[in-house]
Amino acid sequence: MSWKAVIGIEIHVQLRTQTKMFCACAIPAEGDEPNTKTCPTCLGLPGALPTPNRAAIEKVLAVGSAIGAKAPATTRWDRKNYFYPDLPKGYQISQLDLPLAEHGKIEVTTSTGTRTVGIRRAHLEEDTARLRHEKARDGARSSLVDYNRSGVALLEIVTEPDIRDGETARRYAEELRLLLRTIGAADAEMENGQMRVEANVSIRASEDAPFGTRVEVKNMNSFRAVERAIAFEITRQAEVLDAGGTLTQESRGWDEGSGTTYTMRAKEDSHDYRYFPEPDLPPLAIDPAWLAAIVATLPELPHARRARYVAELALSEYDAAVLVGEPAAAGLFEAARAALPSLDAKILANWVSGEYLRVARDRVVTIDAAQFAALVAAVAAKEISGTTGKALFEEMAAGPLDIRQVITSRGLSQISDGAALEALAAETLAAHPQALADWRAGKQQAIGFLVGQSMKASKGRGDAAQLGEILRRLLEAAG
Amino acid sequence: MTAAELRRASAQQLRDAYKAGSATAVELLAALYAAIDREDAQLGAWLYLRREEAQAEALAADTRYAAARAEGPAALAALPPLLGIPVALKDLVNLINTPTTAGSRILEGYVSPYDATIATRLKAAGAILLGKTNMDEFAMGSSTEFSAYKKTVNPWARDRVPGGSSGGSAAAVAAFHAPLSIGTDTGGSIRQPASLTGLVGMKPTYGRVSRYGIVAFASSLDQVGPFARTAHDAALLLHAISGRDAHDATSSTEPLDAQLLNLPAGDAAAAGIKGRRFALPKEYFVAGMEPGVEQAVREAVRALEAAGALVEEVSLPATEHALATYYIVAPAEASANLARFDGIRYGASGHGEGNLLDGYLATRGRGFGPEVRRRIMLGTYALSAGYYDAYYVKAQKVRTLIAQDFERVWAAGFDAIVAPTSPQVAWRFGAKMADPISMYLSDACTLPANMAGLPGVSIPCGLSEGLPVGLQLIGRPWSEASLLTIAAGYEALTATAAWRSVEPHDLAALSGGAT
Repeated sequence: MSWKAVIGIEIHVQLRTQTKMFCACAIPAEGDEPNTKTCPTCLGLPGALPTPNRAAIEKVLAVGSAIGAKAPATTRWDRKNYFYPDLPKGYQISQLDLPLAEHGKIEVTTSTGTRTVGIRRAHLEEDTARLRHEKARDGARSSLVDYNRSGVALLEIVTEPDIRDGETARRYAEELRLLLRTIGAADAEMENGQMRVEANVSIRASEDAPFGTRVEVKNMNSFRAVERAIAFEITRQAEVLDAGGTLTQESRGWDEGSGTTYTMRAKEDSHDYRYFPEPDLPPLAIDPAWLAAIVATLPELPHARRARYVAELALSEYDAAVLVGEPAAAGLFEAARAALPSLDAKILANWVSGEYLRVARDRVVTIDAAQFAALVAAVAAKEISGTTGKALFEEMAAGPLDIRQVITSRGLSQISDGAALEALAAETLAAHPQALADWRAGKQQAIGFLVGQSMKASKGRGDAAQLGEILRRLLEAAG
Repeated sequence: MTAAELRRASAQQLRDAYKAGSATAVELLAALYAAIDREDAQLGAWLYLRREEAQAEALAADTRYAAARAEGPAALAALPPLLGIPVALKDLVNLINTPTTAGSRILEGYVSPYDATIATRLKAAGAILLGKTNMDEFAMGSSTEFSAYKKTVNPWARDRVPGGSSGGSAAAVAAFHAPLSIGTDTGGSIRQPASLTGLVGMKPTYGRVSRYGIVAFASSLDQVGPFARTAHDAALLLHAISGRDAHDATSSTEPLDAQLLNLPAGDAAAAGIKGRRFALPKEYFVAGMEPGVEQAVREAVRALEAAGALVEEVSLPATEHALATYYIVAPAEASANLARFDGIRYGASGHGEGNLLDGYLATRGRGFGPEVRRRIMLGTYALSAGYYDAYYVKAQKVRTLIAQDFERVWAAGFDAIVAPTSPQVAWRFGAKMADPISMYLSDACTLPANMAGLPGVSIPCGLSEGLPVGLQLIGRPWSEASLLTIAAGYEALTATAAWRSVEPHDLAALSGGAT
């Protein structure tokens, strides 16, 4: 039969802060020696106390405001009690019934239209330590604990069960990541665990039927994995039910290689975490003036920016999404426009999404927006050729470059003078008799070849469009 | 001064002697350690002595006094008030590179890598930190009998308890092993042993003293405070450790009261009692109160009235529920606070045999004593799903009622509440060990102040059966200076009372005669 899926997403994101959530320890970096970013508080030593990180709270309030959530008049912290070697105090400081944000939403665009995903709540908590299980040469097993990550600020965001398919879940996770990066609340790199996505998936016969047995899907380490794992899980559950079987409430892991989910652990009776208010931290009043000041510093949010690019700058929906999808790209676009307001937005957008994003995908680049604007303007004005422009962009990505100075000193200005181009084309044609032969044999590509050779001879300075017309004329005359 | 005089001197007298050059901290330290060496095998007050570091601190203090004397009165006056004054620390105050046991086997061999904020402050104030004192395991107890390490006796009667949980800190000051000591008070653990050993012991307002670096029992109730033999000395020590600490989010920004360093003395102090209004809560004269204790307390009240104070009986109706709610809230918080003792990172460990759960069970089953296990179970139960609302949430509501009782007293214009500290004098070892409830009841008069976060002080007010009786003063928030001013006034009023000149009876017996 045809089943309807119900999906809720829980995301844990490491906030971008200078220090941990409840102590002054620095945030560990890749390659740190184990247990070097620790102190009595994040090691849970006897007598140590937590002190809240104000910047982390402000980031969550900013996120809450960006998703239209409500902040409580007063928030507080709660202890979630359980024993595990990665949890030094024997409890995690979290937030139970007064989260920093409640009742928000995020709109996402899917291949079948726009969907609204309700956000039930977003709250702050502290990360645990990392365990490393080792086997010594004598076969003895040992478990090592690295407390560097213990106490790092985590934002947990829980959606309503509003999602109906894997694609929407993926788009939601992507849009949330973009929002967090735009606000500067998090880097949210999924590959290195800064953003962890878990999905609760169940199916039912119809939209008004009660929810089915819920399965928690974990270990999805990319956005693509989120979409695939959920799609797989929906199919799997449907097959079980169609075959007359029953589903068990459990946690399942996504196996990227086989493209399947597998049982991690059956859900025992739900764990009693014995939550109670954290007595080491007083309740925190959210002063409306404080909240207003945080909201005032919010940048333009992705959905608003996309809409503006389409409505005011006449960019296509696709171009707007590509630009806004990478905060650094949108930043360069905005800064270049500010530096040179007369620049054509569409041309500039093409340069940012073409050249800049191509380079920025592989490495960290810092581009001077004013120089970038000057470069695009020079190409747009046909002062330099597109080929020269791209070469200069490569140089710009490697280090500072003064575009005006370079064009003049290196004599890079485009050759648009008709007579000079005629001579160049004639020389090229004379040097490549085979091309003429090809042309005569009906091979249209000969023109492309000759344009390329002419450009090469001019060291990229020739006007490729004009050269094409001249060469066609010369060939037709010769043919 | 002779060794006997030095060890009996108050912090104030020591300071004056240092300034005058008539005594040195090195001499004093030698006298104190000599007494400890002679007597502690019997007394059992100490768990760790910091001899070498204390010697260095004493030498440094003497050097500074000598330099200031050479420079003149202004330089002497500028020296910190606790310079060269020895202080004993309850063994739940973390000191860097020093063992901290909290009276528990589970922390046997643990050496702390950091200083508690109060340790940092005491060092900065020039105090000499003598060592660590015995206590009930994790401060859970009222007799110090639940220490995993040793028995501490009451210097007034060797067959009796010193009170608890800060029994070592009380016994050390009562036996003249230290002029000052630090205790903690979660339900009466400073005031009750002060009462049972004839000392001044104060629990400050919650938030007055940083808890950073103090091994936690119940976070919303714990406060650090001083033991001393006089109100002036208690004020001196309280002043040094008080104040906002960025490491403790529950510490208050309430400004320090400079009056702590300038309490009135003598006739001026006695005259200050005139016109004070005191509330006498009828619920504090509980069933089971010893007649001799009630008599001493009521005599003290009459002495205050004779000096011009107005005393009125009041009712604090929620008091009867204080004990029950305390034994929900405190164990609940303790059950989480003590979860960190899991044998993974420090202290005794039972891991290595069997699986992870076996390791936890072995570590905690062997590491914790019976009272700690009892309270962890109580607290875990109270926080469990299905019981949380009936116990923890309800206890918090009653806690609000207790606080409101006190607020009505302050709104009626009273300066302080006067009450007994302990319904009994020091009892014999073992008398309450078989019955936890009878032990809990011994804190009935002290724990309401913890539930309401209020400051309270116990001061000696006489003897019953030859044993000390304490008078408790409870004040409005941040009124420590006012309470200690009243305490100083009462000391002045009773300066010539016969009981004031009685020394602890078994002091001589502790060392077989020599004092």
